[in-house]
Amino acid sequence: MPEKISARGLNVAVHGSPVLRDISLSVMANEILAIIGPAHSGKTTFLRCINRLIENQPGFVRTGELLLDNRDVRQWDIDTLRRRVGMIFATPIPLPGTIFDNVAYGPRLKGVRNMRRLAEIVEKSLRAAFLWDEVKDRLFSSALRLSGGQQQRLCIARTLAVEPEVVMMDEPCSGLDPISTAQIEQAMRELKQSYTFILVTNNVKQAARVSDRTAFFLSGELVELGPTAQIFTAPRDKRTDDYVSGRIG
Amino acid sequence: MKEKLIEKGLLIVALSALGSLLLIALFIFIEGMPLIVKVGLKDFIASTHWAPTRGSFGILPMILGSLAVTLLALIFGGGLGLAGTMFLAEFAPRWSVRILKPLIELLAGIPSVVYGFMGVVVLVPWIRQTFGGPGFSVLAAGIILGIMILPTVIAISLDALNAVPLSYKEGSLALGATRWQTLYRVQFRAARSGIIASLILAMGRAVGETMAVIMVAGNALLIPTSPLAPVRTLTSNIALEMGYAAGDHQRALFATGVVLFVIIAVLNTIALLTMRERK
Amino acid sequence: MISRPLVVQRVVWLVLAVLTLFTLAILIFILAFISARGARVITPEFLFSLPERMGKEGGILPTLIATIYIAVVAIVVATPFGVGTAVYLTEYTRESALTRIIRFGADALAGVPSIIFGLFGFILFVIRLKMGWSILAGGLTLAVMILPTIIRTSEEAIRAIPYQLREVSYSLGGTRSQTIMRVVLPNALPGILTGVILGLGRSVAETAAVIFTAGSSLRIPRTILDPGRTMAVHFYILAREGLSMERAYGTAFLLIVVILLINTVAYLLMFRLTRRLK
Repeated sequence: MPEKISARGLNVAVHGSPVLRDISLSVMANEILAIIGPAHSGKTTFLRCINRLIENQPGFVRTGELLLDNRDVRQWDIDTLRRRVGMIFATPIPLPGTIFDNVAYGPRLKGVRNMRRLAEIVEKSLRAAFLWDEVKDRLFSSALRLSGGQQQRLCIARTLAVEPEVVMMDEPCSGLDPISTAQIEQAMRELKQSYTFILVTNNVKQAARVSDRTAFFLSGELVELGPTAQIFTAPRDKRTDDYVSGRIG
Repeated sequence: MKEKLIEKGLLIVALSALGSLLLIALFIFIEGMPLIVKVGLKDFIASTHWAPTRGSFGILPMILGSLAVTLLALIFGGGLGLAGTMFLAEFAPRWSVRILKPLIELLAGIPSVVYGFMGVVVLVPWIRQTFGGPGFSVLAAGIILGIMILPTVIAISLDALNAVPLSYKEGSLALGATRWQTLYRVQFRAARSGIIASLILAMGRAVGETMAVIMVAGNALLIPTSPLAPVRTLTSNIALEMGYAAGDHQRALFATGVVLFVIIAVLNTIALLTMRERK
Repeated sequence: MISRPLVVQRVVWLVLAVLTLFTLAILIFILAFISARGARVITPEFLFSLPERMGKEGGILPTLIATIYIAVVAIVVATPFGVGTAVYLTEYTRESALTRIIRFGADALAGVPSIIFGLFGFILFVIRLKMGWSILAGGLTLAVMILPTIIRTSEEAIRAIPYQLREVSYSLGGTRSQTIMRVVLPNALPGILTGVILGLGRSVAETAAVIFTAGSSLRIPRTILDPGRTMAVHFYILAREGLSMERAYGTAFLLIVVILLINTVAYLLMFRLTRRLK
């Protein structure tokens, strides 16, 4: 499998204090890579470096390489980059407006105006996010009236509507109940055929359930990266063992 | 590229307020300064004789007039305003604050000509009957201006009081102080700069108000010797004579504007600095 | 036996309550006094007929038209500048010397007395730019005057939009300007409208700044370069020259009702915005 995203010696500091230290890892096409680790270990920062949302933060310095399809993310046109790498945030954030408007937001940015074309995209994306059946009769009611789990699947549909190649999820189930979580995990497994996933989570069991490979971050460093089964059954590093078995965290 | 262009465009737009301010200062000064230079600053602001059509340009009576009505307004409006602020901040029930605050803000929306008119039909006759004199007076202008500055005083000082951390209040109450002791010994002191700023801004309002003052102050060209004497302020002087002034006379009105502008600039700068110090 | 500090507190409570009620009484007295004398003057005929004998008789139609005309010019000119400034301050810069200077300019402009705006508008628009006493000169003068109000309320409204909404838009490939046009401004609209409506209220209420820039002609203004007398100016002239007390009360009543309506709408919009974002 080709490398989709690769970091080589990536360092990030904000206002002089290091947040990520010498990260080198690759994300393969069509895999689900989980990134686990305690709070403030740099997981989210890593994601925000990939789609360059971090550049809105004052005092941020990045060195080393971070490539999407063998080209540094800084060399990509920023809007193209963000369309190829979608992001789902920790809390579902529907834009105020209808369900339809939410999913159509990305395509409209690209200039799709034709209502029939938009309706096709909206349906396809909502189906892919396993939300279509629940909302098909109320596409034009407010997205804010959906339940938390539905809102998060709406956010996934909204991201898929832009037709990204990589989908980054930043603790997408942190505020959700087990049933909604299961629905989202199911969606990820199905979508793996056509997308590459990076799943940041501090729910270790979720990483074990859905991911192909797992990376363990601690204090801004990559401690260990390997097949998920190996990370959870035979970690090489003592710190990984401590974390996945619940002794630290 | 397009984004850069938008940013540059917005920067120019964002400079519009500052630009307007500078433009206003520029034009008032261009029109007014030559006369001040010609007459001499000292004669202009320290001479008591104003006969612009005959070459006498002394605005001392107007300066003192503005000062007198403003001070009276500050005593009246400041006192009532601070009382209202304290009541709303600490003693009034929650539900009533939700009604009272917007009502008081409505006071700010009433046009100044309506205040002036109320002064003419209610206040001036009352003063004439109660205290004698013409009724059109420093007192009438002071009271009307006092009412007009109430919303400014209340809005800003209430914000300042509400911004005092709750822990200050709780600390004092926990030591056994009553709510009133806490209010005036702790909260009021903590919010001091905001309250002072509200009074200074209100002073700026009072000095700058025109139409209401014209209608009730009597506009006589005399240095007021009693609260019941009629008076002319800097602003009324401009508004009264702009309609027919020409040449040096018109320039003298702009020169009056220069003096007014400087007074307001000083007051507002002090108020803005006092408020900034708080943050 | 009650302790001394508590007695003091009760006395203070009473004094403050009385003074606050007095403040309210003033407001209610003004409204009641004008309403009692002015309401009955308002008839369709008064509103929609031409004044006669300098306003001593007849209606106030031309002043209604001039008021609307001038207020619309002021708002159409001031809104893009005010909202643009707010967008620049919130979306394009971080706190810096430049933003402090821009804000200082807006705050200082808000403190300039209306008579100074009148002098400025007269010398720049009426004389130097040769617009004469006109709707245009009056509207432009008012536009400068209400600019700070629109800037401040728009800025507050835009700041109240959660930052995450912008990040969602960026993460979907939105550019900064797309994000502003499609996410920030639509959601800040009620707050921006509040500022615009407050500006409208000030424009309708203003006298000193328009009397020297728009003039006091009682003819119906046809083009933007015609002079016009606004309701507030008309009321001032009626009251000051004692032309017709009845008509003065009627005009005052109309002015107050219009401005209270305008301000109530602005207040409710603001209330809705703050509640929705919570």
